[in-house]
Amino acid sequence: MNSANQPGDKRYYELLEQLQAIDFVLVELNLYLDTHPTDSNALEQFNQQAEQRWAIAQEFESLYGPLLNFGHSYSGYPWQWNNVPWPWQV
Amino acid sequence: MWIYEKKLQYPVRVSKCDPQMAKFLIEQYGGADGELAAALRYLNQRYTIPDKVIGLLTDIGTEEFAHLEMIATMVYKLTKDATPDQLREAGLGAHYANHDKALFYENASGVPWTASYIQAKGDPIADLYEDIAAEEKARATYQWLIDMTDDVDLQDSLRFLREREIVHSLRFREAVEILKEDQQRKKVF
Amino acid sequence: MYSQIRVYYPYISPFDPCPPIRVKTYQVNPQLFIGFQPENLPQFSPMEALRLGTLWPALYSPYSGRGDQEGLEG
Repeated sequence: MNSANQPGDKRYYELLEQLQAIDFVLVELNLYLDTHPTDSNALEQFNQQAEQRWAIAQEFESLYGPLLNFGHSYSGYPWQWNNVPWPWQV
Repeated sequence: MWIYEKKLQYPVRVSKCDPQMAKFLIEQYGGADGELAAALRYLNQRYTIPDKVIGLLTDIGTEEFAHLEMIATMVYKLTKDATPDQLREAGLGAHYANHDKALFYENASGVPWTASYIQAKGDPIADLYEDIAAEEKARATYQWLIDMTDDVDLQDSLRFLREREIVHSLRFREAVEILKEDQQRKKVF
Repeated sequence: MYSQIRVYYPYISPFDPCPPIRVKTYQVNPQLFIGFQPENLPQFSPMEALRLGTLWPALYSPYSGRGDQEGLEG
């Protein structure tokens, strides 16, 4: 196995936290928009953040493997979905 | 359809092996006001609520599963390397006899989860008021849990979960306001 | 920030077996006062929002444990 970019290295935790932060903003804006569907500023921010989220998730997945199952993430060879760590092991 | 994302919503760290705290935390796993009850309550109420608030119930119900996974992570980490003797000392002897270290949907007293913890009345206001009450009860439970640990890492994750209850409560209150809206009022001549 | 803690002073009986806690507290948090969240409220940075559990300072509620609040002499 490649010694660079193992899950659990420093970069893993940094990127994971960045992703958790931007995803959290998206959760908050999503719930807010559920009850404020005509707030165009919030809507614009939501769409911008969604785009940024995609870029961070791309980087994370290229280094540490797929985040999503059922074809919403690509996998390298061999099938990477089974790889540790699972979220509760991190 | 649901998609699993291989990450926690919020980092969970615990700084010591503390099976007794795990026993208390199980209240939020399989208790009446726990995360499982919350997720199932909201996702089940969706089918008989006005269209305007289905999105909110779907999204909060989905977020509750992320919280359930955080509680499971806490329990897992707090008990992972505990010996049978430590579990017994922590009041988890009966749990060990029945489940080893497996998680089980039960409350802090070992009572199994039951569907009677959740209501679906089919009346939008009754259901949303139940949801608001559930969020406030879960908030209180998180407070009592924070009071019982001096593990600052664990407190940090529990404070995050407590704050989420406050935000969810506000959104459910807003949902009630949406359903009260004038333009929706049936015209009476 | 306005206080999110309310206090009350329970009746103390001379026959109460434990040393009395003279001041009891409970929480009243922002969701009780906001009604319907106004648009364009100030926001935390994404990292702060994650740490604190909400995107909006107006919805934030600190909690440091009851030990810090009770037992204070009123």
